[in-house]
Amino acid sequence: MGKYILKRIAMGLTTIFIVITLTFFLMNLIPGGPFMAEKAISAQAQAAMNEKYGLDKPLPVQYKNYLVNLTKGDLGVSVKQRGRDINGIITSKFPVSARLGGASILMALIVGIPLGSIAAINRGKLADNIIIVIATFGIAVPSFVLCTLLMYIFGVKLNLFPTYGLGSLKHYVLPVFALAFYPTAYIARLMRSSMLDVLGQDYIRTAKAKGLSTFVLLFKHALRNAILPVVTYLGPLLAYTLTGSFVVEKIFTIPGLGSEFIGSISGRDYPLIMGTTIFLATLIVTMNVLVDIAYKLIDPRIKLQ
Amino acid sequence: MTEPNTKIPSFHLKLTPEDFAPATREERESLVTMRESVGFWQDGFRRLSRNKIAMTSLVFILIIMFFSFIVPFFYPYNYSFQIRGAENLAPMTYSAEEQASIDAGESVFPHVLGTDDLGRDTAIRVMMGSRISLLVGLVASIIVLMIGSTYGAVSAYIGGWTDLIMMRIVDIIYTVPDILIIILLSVTLKFPLQRLANQPGFEWIQLLGVNLISIFIVFALLYWVGMARIIRSQILILKEQEFVTAAKALGASNRRIIKKHLLTNAIGTLIVTTTLQIPSAIFTESFLSFLGLGVAAPMPSLGSLASDAIKGLNSYPHRLMAPALLISAIILSFNLLGDGLRDAFDPKLKN
Repeated sequence: MGKYILKRIAMGLTTIFIVITLTFFLMNLIPGGPFMAEKAISAQAQAAMNEKYGLDKPLPVQYKNYLVNLTKGDLGVSVKQRGRDINGIITSKFPVSARLGGASILMALIVGIPLGSIAAINRGKLADNIIIVIATFGIAVPSFVLCTLLMYIFGVKLNLFPTYGLGSLKHYVLPVFALAFYPTAYIARLMRSSMLDVLGQDYIRTAKAKGLSTFVLLFKHALRNAILPVVTYLGPLLAYTLTGSFVVEKIFTIPGLGSEFIGSISGRDYPLIMGTTIFLATLIVTMNVLVDIAYKLIDPRIKLQ
Repeated sequence: MTEPNTKIPSFHLKLTPEDFAPATREERESLVTMRESVGFWQDGFRRLSRNKIAMTSLVFILIIMFFSFIVPFFYPYNYSFQIRGAENLAPMTYSAEEQASIDAGESVFPHVLGTDDLGRDTAIRVMMGSRISLLVGLVASIIVLMIGSTYGAVSAYIGGWTDLIMMRIVDIIYTVPDILIIILLSVTLKFPLQRLANQPGFEWIQLLGVNLISIFIVFALLYWVGMARIIRSQILILKEQEFVTAAKALGASNRRIIKKHLLTNAIGTLIVTTTLQIPSAIFTESFLSFLGLGVAAPMPSLGSLASDAIKGLNSYPHRLMAPALLISAIILSFNLLGDGLRDAFDPKLKN
């Protein structure tokens, strides 16, 4: 087990290292460097800026410095928002995205798992068919389509919910719904097929033959095993919510890391793009590693390699 | 009560000479219970054609293809042409100038979906947008198919340490957050690709747009791993079979065995996985276009059309509906077609 955990952590670190390296060298493909601003700066000032940020050194040295700074947790300085370091931007903006994403993940799990289970228990009946249709549509509708439709119907036409910002609890309704719709549908599908799988197992029949109540049968015996595939989906789910929030935050003008990232792309704030990419990638990869390890711990049937 | 039946049944066979006559043709045919042998393709297509949902999706996709690849050639409007005085028209309405020529007896083709704020016909822009979406989906899937199947097959066929290392690479790529890398690439590749596009022989880059090419590059770099894993597990089973040993004994090269014997036998999986790759590619492209990282203006994409429509959502909600519904319908029908193909050609792949 220890060996597996170590291996998995080593792989995660490799991935993060690759992403950092890729990010660094891709960013250097851009000609001119970050201080080729719209306003022409004198060559002297530019040289001074380059020296200040270590950009006058050869590329391998810059790369080494960047890595050293990263190990200290320093992501560098934004070039468009003068005087703000990227760590500061992330720590001020990420909590907003985290609240939005956390609420969406929670909703996806709370709604998706029961939906899938209900569909599996009522296989072939009306409830199953309805849930299948919802889930099939759910994975086909891109988040931006859903966002704009929700905004138009509930925000503009019915005027039920506010369509921008995150001031009150009411503000969360539309963005969370939009962000959680796809994962809810996905989890419902996943849960349905794994529940069907489990319900067909011998031990469920044994439990039924023992005369256990349906409630105990489902919650104590079936659900515990059927939920395992959903656990493995947690990693991709986090990745989806973080990247999906780019669109949702843009549409609902939520001041989170997602809209900051999109802003940094259109504003060509390269250090900020780089820092955010590395931060999000590290988060996702870490989550994947944790989920993999948790999965092995939860399910003793999986052979440890 | 009636009298009991006193007749004793006879145990003698009552035979007539007719019983010994040779069987007629119909009788002989009815005895043949064995079905005609059905080939792999025939069998699959028969199963597919019975699947109503999949067939409906297929017909829908073909209709969309007709509208996005053929209709634009003889459509009276152009996707980038700005008609003066025809800005912001509602569906099926005409500008003052057009109305005047209609009154003069000329026929003017209606703006079925209205026009945008620059006076461009929305219907043709939606058609061109779905053309881009379909193209991205198809090309990206072909890239994924070629790289993924070759990599997976080679890894499984060689086995041993090579397989271990190749699969470790796949594991690592699998965990790289793809959307982030796509965004990163379209941001950073812009300048080098633009520089390349100015060189003779590379003008086509400008035509496709730098962002579109970065999307393809990312698909080639990252998205093939899922395909490689699936194909590898198929080839691992196939390579133990006798026909591979036979081919080896006959002196076939490794290349030939992989191409002719292994991949050909995994064709069902290849078709299904490729089809299911299409909607995911379309999804990604529309996501990026929506964020402004997709195709270059004035070329529209369903994602960028939806993005543009948001700005005027209060006054012109109809502009959002066509691209939004179309992109969902395209992704949905490819998903359903893929499911149908899986049930028809590769039932084992389910779950």
